[in-house]
Amino acid sequence: MSSSTEVLAEMKPTRARSWSLWGGQIAAILRLEVRKNFIGRRAFLIYLLAGAPILIMAFASVLISGERRQLSIGELNIIFANAYEALILRTLIFFGCAWIFMNLFRGEVVDRSLHYYFLSPLRREVLVCGKYLSGLVATLVLFGISTGGSVFVLCIGTIGPSYFNRAGVSQALVYVGITVLGCIGYGAAFMVIGLFFRNPIIPGLLIYGWEWINFLLPPVLKKISIIHYLHSLTPVPIPEGPFAMVAEPTPAYISIPGLLIVTAAVLVFASFQIRRMEINYGGE
Amino acid sequence: MTDRPDDHMIVFEDVSKFYGEILGVNRVSITIEPGITSLVGPNGSGKTTLMNLMTGLIRPTRGRVSVLGLRADHPEVFFRRVGYCSQFDSFPRALTGFQFIQSYLRVHGFSKKVSQDLAWRSLHRVDLLEAAHLKIGAYSKGMRQRVRLAQSIAHEPVVMILDEPLNGLDPMARAETIRLFRQLAAEGLHLIISSHILHEVDMMSDRVILLNNGYVVAEGEIHGVRDEMEEHPMQILIRCDRPGLLAARVFEQDSVVEAKIHKDRKGLFIKTRDADAFYLLLNSIVVEDGLIVESIAPVDDDINAVYQYLIGGGEAA
Repeated sequence: MSSSTEVLAEMKPTRARSWSLWGGQIAAILRLEVRKNFIGRRAFLIYLLAGAPILIMAFASVLISGERRQLSIGELNIIFANAYEALILRTLIFFGCAWIFMNLFRGEVVDRSLHYYFLSPLRREVLVCGKYLSGLVATLVLFGISTGGSVFVLCIGTIGPSYFNRAGVSQALVYVGITVLGCIGYGAAFMVIGLFFRNPIIPGLLIYGWEWINFLLPPVLKKISIIHYLHSLTPVPIPEGPFAMVAEPTPAYISIPGLLIVTAAVLVFASFQIRRMEINYGGE
Repeated sequence: MTDRPDDHMIVFEDVSKFYGEILGVNRVSITIEPGITSLVGPNGSGKTTLMNLMTGLIRPTRGRVSVLGLRADHPEVFFRRVGYCSQFDSFPRALTGFQFIQSYLRVHGFSKKVSQDLAWRSLHRVDLLEAAHLKIGAYSKGMRQRVRLAQSIAHEPVVMILDEPLNGLDPMARAETIRLFRQLAAEGLHLIISSHILHEVDMMSDRVILLNNGYVVAEGEIHGVRDEMEEHPMQILIRCDRPGLLAARVFEQDSVVEAKIHKDRKGLFIKTRDADAFYLLLNSIVVEDGLIVESIAPVDDDINAVYQYLIGGGEAA
């Protein structure tokens, strides 16, 4: 066993040690959150959700390859772009992020275990950062694999490996990149909702509705959403239907840093708000 | 830096806490010294509220709380010195007892090696080594209580706040835990304990704070609190060879309000408003009349009596 002196030495953080201490604390939160939330039976549903697009794409590729006519790469790109938009972006990433990020704080309040963090020598903003990163790591791994796997399964099953000899790889990477940005943006929004709303389902549904009707909104309002920026980045534009309000896509050099800046602002807001948070499980 | 008196105390300055319109505690001004201090009071009296205020889980509506001169607003310093074993019987999912303690020690910032050592040490202190690698979900109530206690002491705090720490423990574990508390207090730690088992409070506490309806009704060393309750004369049982003689002599004092010979006629109950004066008189009776005294025992000089007199209505909760 370590001596008391050794223990006390570790217990005294100096200003110079602060950054390494925060780094260590974030790593500890990450390990703990991954162990709690992503290993075990409870995580089964999220794995199922992440695996669903790959299974659906595999099924689609079997159907497509059963047809007599060979699809062109352009046609395949349109099929994938539609599937990505409906299946991955608006369903998997939205609901997956909602489930994972809302539960980071709300789940602990429901389980009555958040006080263990609040009773640790841990700045609450570091806790926000650690929790967010743990959700981000989980969603990036799961949904990144899901996105990449979906492209791979659909294209290998229809066009074959030659798809990846052309522009296919860069296109697949763009989709994975959009998935990453989606997780970053939706993750921050849902974590804040889970942190401050006793019943996060209602604000979650409101966001879902807002994101769905985005194509109907005038250009100014379109920009107050996450889907607009993600949609602007998709390599294959998809028509939004006869009722859509047409708006210029936001260029990548604005939409990517814009999304990151808004995410950072949301996290800073959460960090300030959590300092005032009290533990009152009785009211839950 | 100068060492201020508050740096060694837990201080509540005119603290009130309201949950909406419901009173938690009101106008609490107390100073708690090192040693074991017990919070006693019925359900809803404000014990847990005081503990949550001390640790910053809730914030005062008015007033100021400091622990050893520190505020819970600065958790990175505060919780290196303070440990809180709360009453919430809940744990993060899917962890074993050892993982639970070690994981949160890593969150404190300890290295893997030191956190493992500290986790084992704390599990050893609460006698839970054998169950260390079992999932907490499989623990009994007593084991869960002990693992929470282990988690709160694992980082070796200077102030320990323990909300009903003896709940769910079997008699053997209770005795061991009380011994641990006494040992920690002897090492100079602050221990703030809430308990509803009054005789255990009596046994282990250096001081008590009695709460009722959110107000502090009495505080201090148990016997001191009792001495100050002049409206309730102190009861003393004197076992002696001639209780009749003693009864006749004690009425020489105005402060003695009642004297009653014990059923077995080998003792005398007296009620006095001035115990010190009575003991002086007793000395003189022994010297002058050769009274043989077998024992002298205050009958209601304990927390139970104090509680009954001040709050009444049965046991604390």
